[in-house]
Amino acid sequence: MSSTTSLTGLQMAAAPAKDQATARALGRRRRAVDGIVRWACIGSTIIGLIFLASILATLIYRGFGALDLTVLTREFEPTTYGDPDAIRGGLFHAIVGSLIQTAIATVVGTPIGLLVGTYLAEYARGSKLGEAIRFVSDVLLSAPSILIGLFIYQMVVLPMGGFSGLAGSLALAIIVIPVVVRTTEDMLTLIPNTLREAVVGLGAPKWKMITLVTWRAALSGIVTGVLLAFARITGETAPLLLTSFGNSVTSWDLGRSMASLPIAIYQQANSGFPDLVDIAWAGALLVTLGVLSINVIARVLLRKRK
Amino acid sequence: MNSETQMTVDPNGSFGGMQVRSDAVINVRNRIEIRNLDFYYGAGLPKALKGINLNFPDRQVTGMIGPSGCGKSTLLRVMNRMYSLYPGQRAEGEVLLDGENLLDARVDLNELRSKVGMVFQKPTPFPMTIYENIAFGVRLHEKLSKSEMDQRVEWALSRAAIWNEVKDRLQASAMGLSGGQQQRLCIARTIAVRPEVILFDEPTSALDPISTLKIEELIDELKNEFTIAIVTHNMQQAARCADQVAFFYLGELIEVAPAAAMFTAPKHPKTQEYITGRFG
Repeated sequence: MSSTTSLTGLQMAAAPAKDQATARALGRRRRAVDGIVRWACIGSTIIGLIFLASILATLIYRGFGALDLTVLTREFEPTTYGDPDAIRGGLFHAIVGSLIQTAIATVVGTPIGLLVGTYLAEYARGSKLGEAIRFVSDVLLSAPSILIGLFIYQMVVLPMGGFSGLAGSLALAIIVIPVVVRTTEDMLTLIPNTLREAVVGLGAPKWKMITLVTWRAALSGIVTGVLLAFARITGETAPLLLTSFGNSVTSWDLGRSMASLPIAIYQQANSGFPDLVDIAWAGALLVTLGVLSINVIARVLLRKRK
Repeated sequence: MNSETQMTVDPNGSFGGMQVRSDAVINVRNRIEIRNLDFYYGAGLPKALKGINLNFPDRQVTGMIGPSGCGKSTLLRVMNRMYSLYPGQRAEGEVLLDGENLLDARVDLNELRSKVGMVFQKPTPFPMTIYENIAFGVRLHEKLSKSEMDQRVEWALSRAAIWNEVKDRLQASAMGLSGGQQQRLCIARTIAVRPEVILFDEPTSALDPISTLKIEELIDELKNEFTIAIVTHNMQQAARCADQVAFFYLGELIEVAPAAAMFTAPKHPKTQEYITGRFG
């Protein structure tokens, strides 16, 4: 009873009058800080966008100028500079090589990455072994890709006695794995345990819970991860230099050196001949458009599923 | 192994002006018997359940009430061994389902969970069609032809009082249903497996009053076939749904009695304080 009385007494005492001048000064300060933060954000965004836009503009301007059917359908030819009658070359060999190597790398790397990510999220959560694997995978994720090239050079290229499309595919697959591991684990971790309990509560064994429900619930995130990985290896140059090396003719043979778009771009952009540099720009535009269109297609497909 | 439980029921029971069920069957078989159950969430942590002894009579609703953290949900998660998902959690004692101790390490957990189904606090539809949500659990335990499966799906959805609302869109995603519909779908999914016992863990705490009413009516209907345990924070719900009510406090079972007796004449002072709203 006494506590009730004292509470009422406290409420009865008039609150001290608000100092309007101080309130206004604080308001001004708040608005000023708000303006500074807002303009710092907008300014940084604009600076970032300027770089991005200028890269894209140059790429489209230089790339579209050089992109024609010849580039898409013909193999490499030496420079035609100063000789208008000579046969112009293209990037067909590099397009074929890139498609073969990235496709194999994605097909090999995705299931491994998916299963490792699943292991980390569903079986090894909080375990020491899981933490160690996660750490190694993250190190691999940020490792310079030339190191992966060197590794495959030691393990595959030297024993096989030469550069090969197989070695290139393996190097790219090793880059795919940690990207898929990371996104798969992240997406599975986001799925609430209540869903897992609901599946297990029906009497489902754990493997069915994972394959039939949690993978499905995390599908869009996992697909995004695979696409991220695909986009990354489409532009990788360094690991291919030491593994598939590049080729000036179209090769379908995984046992021999194989061309790829990034290496073709690298070689022709360095050649010093304006006509070959143009072809390099066309190649750069092709890589960009390829990655962009795959992203768009995947997004549309995923939206339809929902 | 099936002992009989004597229940004394005040036929004119009422609680705060509400009607309290008084149609409890007297002298029934116990479907589940819990003996001296202790539960630990991990090594070094205090007991979350202390020496629980409780019987769940066949085809009756047992309501479990008590303040947050008192162990009622924990007990539910022991009854279908859900805690086994989490390493370190441990139960000691006996939980007898038709005389068989389900805490035994040799128990097949998948088979156990087909006998003891569970409905959760938040609706958990699977990311697939309404039809597949129901068929999923059935396929785990039975091989049915397409037409048999169709019948089972219709049966389960009808029993869960949602068939009329979804019969024209069985192939639509279950994620598009409202919260109340999702919860009834989850109940349909649980009964489609044809369990013996259904555990409800605060099944209506995330639902609006109309959906809550539908679920409560459903529970009343389902007890003709299933033995039901329901954890609830809502005393009126316990009074409306349950035949017997168990009150838990700080990991201990304080009192268990027929609903009418529990809400009109609680024996233990703690129970009295709780059901009159003085704490919790």
